[in-house]
Amino acid sequence: MSARIEEAAAIGSVATPSAAVAAWHAEQGRRRMAVLVGRILVGIAIITIWEYASGRWIEPLFISSPSRVGTRLWRWTVTGQLWNHLSITLYATAIGFAIGSSVGFVFGILFGRFKTIADVFDPYITAIYSIPKIALAPLFIIWFGIGIESKVAVSASIVFFVVFLNTYAGTRDVNQLYVHSTRIMGGSELDILRYVVVPSAASWVITGLKVSVPYALVGTVIGEFMSANRGIGFVIAQATGLFDTTSVFAGLVTLGVVGAIINVALKHVEIRLLRWKG
Amino acid sequence: MGISVRGVEKRYVSRGKETSALQHVDLEIASGEFVAFVGPSGCGKSTLLNMIAGIVPASTGQILHDGRIVADANRNVGYMTQGDSVLPWYTVARNVDLPLKIQNVGADERKRRVADWLGRVGLLGFEASYPAELSGGMRKRVALAQVLVYDPSTLLMDEPFGALDAQLKLLMQAELLKIWETTRKTVVFVTHDLAEAVTLANRVVVFSGRPGRIKLVEDIPLAYPRDPFRVRFRPEFEAIYARLWDALAPEIAKGEAI
Repeated sequence: MSARIEEAAAIGSVATPSAAVAAWHAEQGRRRMAVLVGRILVGIAIITIWEYASGRWIEPLFISSPSRVGTRLWRWTVTGQLWNHLSITLYATAIGFAIGSSVGFVFGILFGRFKTIADVFDPYITAIYSIPKIALAPLFIIWFGIGIESKVAVSASIVFFVVFLNTYAGTRDVNQLYVHSTRIMGGSELDILRYVVVPSAASWVITGLKVSVPYALVGTVIGEFMSANRGIGFVIAQATGLFDTTSVFAGLVTLGVVGAIINVALKHVEIRLLRWKG
Repeated sequence: MGISVRGVEKRYVSRGKETSALQHVDLEIASGEFVAFVGPSGCGKSTLLNMIAGIVPASTGQILHDGRIVADANRNVGYMTQGDSVLPWYTVARNVDLPLKIQNVGADERKRRVADWLGRVGLLGFEASYPAELSGGMRKRVALAQVLVYDPSTLLMDEPFGALDAQLKLLMQAELLKIWETTRKTVVFVTHDLAEAVTLANRVVVFSGRPGRIKLVEDIPLAYPRDPFRVRFRPEFEAIYARLWDALAPEIAKGEAI
C-alpha cells in the first residue's frame, strides 16, 4: 500500500503548493514579462530606425517609410481594397493547403504501410520532389488559367510534398510493439490504422502541416506574381512595376502579419493535439 | 486445452544466411499453469513466446492453443512485454477500454469492466492521466489491466517487469500472483531472472544457449499462495534455485564465450 502512495507522490498528485512553487511561478512570470517588453522594444527600435533612415540616409523610393506604409495600409483597409486582395490570397492558400495536405496524408499513410509500393515509386517521387515547385507555376497557369485555380495548384503541390514526406516518415516510425499488441487484442488492419498508425504519425503530420502553411502562402503569392488580377501577390507585383515601394512594403507587412497569426494558431492546435506527450 | 508446442523450430534468414534460433521444441502447458521460460539472451525463449502469440511464424512444427492451431495473431491471449505496450496518445481509461472497443463490447459493459480492472490494479483516480504522466510501475499496471480486461484464457508475458527496480518488481510479482490465483489463467512468463521464475511459476523451463532448445523442465513444489517478498528465504527455494542454476550457468557462460 505504501508503495502505491509513493508512486502517487512521484507524479505530483498529492503535491501541496509550497513557497518554492510560488517563487517558481513568480520567476516564470517575470521572465515572460521581460521577453514581452523586449519584443516591443525591438519592434519600436526597428520602426524608429527605418523612419529615421528614410529620406536621411536612403532614398524613400527604395525603402519608403513606416509612416507612409501605415497610411497606405489604413487607406486600403477603409476602402476595402485590403480585404478584397487578402481574401482571395487566403482563400487560394486555404484550398491549396486543404487539397495538398489531405492528398499528401493519404499517400503518406499508403506508402508507409506498403513498402513495395514505396520502393517502386521512390525514384519518381524523389525526382519530382527535386523540382523547385515554383518552376511548375508557369505550367499550372497554362493548365488552369490565370484565375484562382492555378494558385491553388501551386500551393497544393508544395504542401503535398511536405505533408506526404512527413506522414510517410511518421508511418514508418510506428512502434511495432503497438501494432502487435493491438492485433493480439483483436484489432483489424483498420483498427491498427485508426488507433495506432494515425495517432503515432500525428506528431510528424502536425509538424508537416505546420511547416507547410507558410509554404502554401508562398505558393499562392508566387502564382499571383506571375499572372493574376487580384491578391496580395498581384498587388506587390504591380506596385513593383510602378516603383511604388510603399505599396510593396504594405503588401509585405500584410503577408508577414498573416503568416505570424497563422503560426500562432497552429501552435495552439499542436499543443492541444499532442497533449499526451506531457 | 492449454498450449501444445509440437516439433517447433525457428530459423532466420538474414543477409542470405540461415541461422537456427530454436531447435525442435516439444512442450505441453496445461490450462491454468504458470510456466516460466528462463535462459541466456538469444536462446529463443522470447521467440517461442512470440510464436505462441502468433506474431512470429514457426519454421516447422505447429502450436495449438486451446485446441486451435495458431496461424496468425492469437486473439485468445493477453500479451505483455518489457517495453511499454500501452498507447501513449490515449489516457489510462481509453487504453484499458481499447480491447473492449475493438471487440465491440457494449458501452455499459465496457464502462463496468474498465472501472473494475482499474480498481483491481490500483489505478482508480488516474483514469484521465496519460501514460507519460505515470511512473514505470503504474504503466505496467495499465498494461496488466489492458490485457486482463478482455478476459483472455492465457497471458503471455515477455520480461514484463524487466525494466522495473527490484522493490517494484517484487510488488508487481505479488500483484500478478494474486491475479493468477483468483483467475487461474494460463501464464507463460519469459524472464532471464531465475529467482523471478522460481518465485512465480509452478514449472520452469530452462533453455540452452543459441541455438536454443529445452534443456530442463522442472516442477516448483512451493505451495501457493506464495509471497514474493518471503518465498526466496525458504530452504526449498534455495535447493530448487541451486539445481536450476547448475543447468543454466554453463549456458550463460557459453553465450559469454562467443
